[in-house]
Amino acid sequence: MPATVPAPRRRRTPSAPYFLLLPAVVALLAGLAYPVGRQIVMSMQKYGLEQQFGQPPEFVGLDNFTRIFTDDSLWAVVLRSVVFCLVNALLTVVIGLALALLMRAVHTAVRLALQVCLLLAWAMPMVAGVTVFKWLFDYRTGVVNWLLVRLGLDGFHNFSWLSQPFTFFLVATLVIVWMSVPFVALSIYAGLTAVPEEVLEAARIDGANARQQLWHVLLPMVKPVLSIVLLLQVIWDLRVFAQIRLLQDAGAPVSETNLLGNFIYELGMSRQDFGGAAAVSIFVLVLTILLSWPYVRSLLKEDA
Amino acid sequence: MSAVAPAQPSRPAPVADRSTAARKPHTPGRTRRRVRAVALGALGIAAALVWVFPVYWMVLSAFTPAAYLRASTPEFLPLHATGVNFARVLEGGGFTNALKMSLAVTSITVVAVLAFAFLGALAISRWRFRGRRSFVLAVLFIQMLPAEGLFIAQYKMLAGVHLLDSVIGVSVLYVAAIIPFTVWMLRGFVAGVPAELEEAAMVDGLSRTQAFLRITFPLLAPGLVASGVYAFLQAWNEFTVALVALPSQSSQTLPLWLREFLSASANRGVDWGQVMAASTLIAIPVIVFFLVVQGRMTSGLVSGAVKG
Repeated sequence: MPATVPAPRRRRTPSAPYFLLLPAVVALLAGLAYPVGRQIVMSMQKYGLEQQFGQPPEFVGLDNFTRIFTDDSLWAVVLRSVVFCLVNALLTVVIGLALALLMRAVHTAVRLALQVCLLLAWAMPMVAGVTVFKWLFDYRTGVVNWLLVRLGLDGFHNFSWLSQPFTFFLVATLVIVWMSVPFVALSIYAGLTAVPEEVLEAARIDGANARQQLWHVLLPMVKPVLSIVLLLQVIWDLRVFAQIRLLQDAGAPVSETNLLGNFIYELGMSRQDFGGAAAVSIFVLVLTILLSWPYVRSLLKEDA
Repeated sequence: MSAVAPAQPSRPAPVADRSTAARKPHTPGRTRRRVRAVALGALGIAAALVWVFPVYWMVLSAFTPAAYLRASTPEFLPLHATGVNFARVLEGGGFTNALKMSLAVTSITVVAVLAFAFLGALAISRWRFRGRRSFVLAVLFIQMLPAEGLFIAQYKMLAGVHLLDSVIGVSVLYVAAIIPFTVWMLRGFVAGVPAELEEAAMVDGLSRTQAFLRITFPLLAPGLVASGVYAFLQAWNEFTVALVALPSQSSQTLPLWLREFLSASANRGVDWGQVMAASTLIAIPVIVFFLVVQGRMTSGLVSGAVKG
């Protein structure tokens, strides 16, 4: 800011922040806003193979939506995605909370060991993580089958986890929960350490036992963290794509294991139905916005 | 994993217990408390092992010769450690190509994200101006957009300007995707440096720019490092956008290459030793960076996500 401007300069509308924001805004417009706009337009166009080869796309209004939404396969995918998302998000938060409380309760050495292990799992690149789970669950030489057979469950000899939907999603859930618990556990633990020791002390003096301290002191105080991590997990688990795609490579029945993201990919990239894919994408966008609205609103309240 | 019981925070607090013994006749005895502490400790160790095992198994398998990995009984200790899997992975040249691609995309993304997001964070935390609220709203809102809801249009966009399979094309998408969170994170760090420090320096005769560069900027360095690492991790690990924006085999980033490598070997029985060596190579820089800055990153994530 030029030093020549006299004292009340801060009250006037400054120009500096606009210049500072410019690069970020341009990047966001180019990489996200334009695609969103384009997606909305495309969802109302006939955009298939002929359009790929130069025919101008024709405006068809909501045809893509009616076509896709009257198709039974979409609703099966939606149902599967929502169930998968809720199960994973809940499991992640419950296990994360349990681990966070455990970290509070154990000796420092155990806590540090647990923290380091969680960090290592958190730091694993997603593709590497999924690949390791594929190896662990490999039907011939995987450790899991070996272990189950050793435990006397002979049915797991050469058991193929990824080739049938139910066990496929079991493995997918394990991968996703394993990868997302560290963030949740460490965030909640950070929230727990912020609870002042005096408050717990006071509760103890008033005769609260461990369970009462947990329910009436600790949990209410970490509730903001809990609700935010739960919401983030729901949003993230709704858009699971890569994990499923990578696990499908092992020969899973694609149509029975697709989640929403995979369904969009199939429609667009394999079947070249870009209009239909765009319509499903808009549906996912709206769903995500509805889900995330409480989070945005709570942040906005603090921001005001 | 489901065996993790809801642990009760039973802090041993002998002082408090003694003073309140009269009101709490059912205070568990010393032995009971010790048993419980040991049980909780065992539970903690078990959880630690569960979480670290896949990482351990990846590294261990990477160093194990194929013959032992095919054996009917797995080895859980590095008894026959060898570097041969790594040598084989590096042999083909595919890894090196993908590494170059990943390095190019990641470095462009990190530099651009840091520069743009830093300026943006500065703007929204040091000035009150018209449109600020809308920008903050947009940043929050964009964080919610799922990549899976966008990649069709992004693919069409890049195809339209002939930027499929290019470093620039994929970087533009990464920068846009990573900026919102980075702005949010950096904003927390900028807000953590009180503007009064700068004002005091200005009273002492520095210009606003000088005050910023000498006082505020050094205090922000840790935040910049943490955000840079965050951007690095995102770009290095990204899979979905890369899958659509980089369709040819010659332009694969490391995650795409690993997938290809895995399915290519699947045709003749997966060579898990090599696949795990490849995974380890991709994971090492991530794990190292992550462990170095994680403390700051977590506090940045938490302050960004929770405090706003």
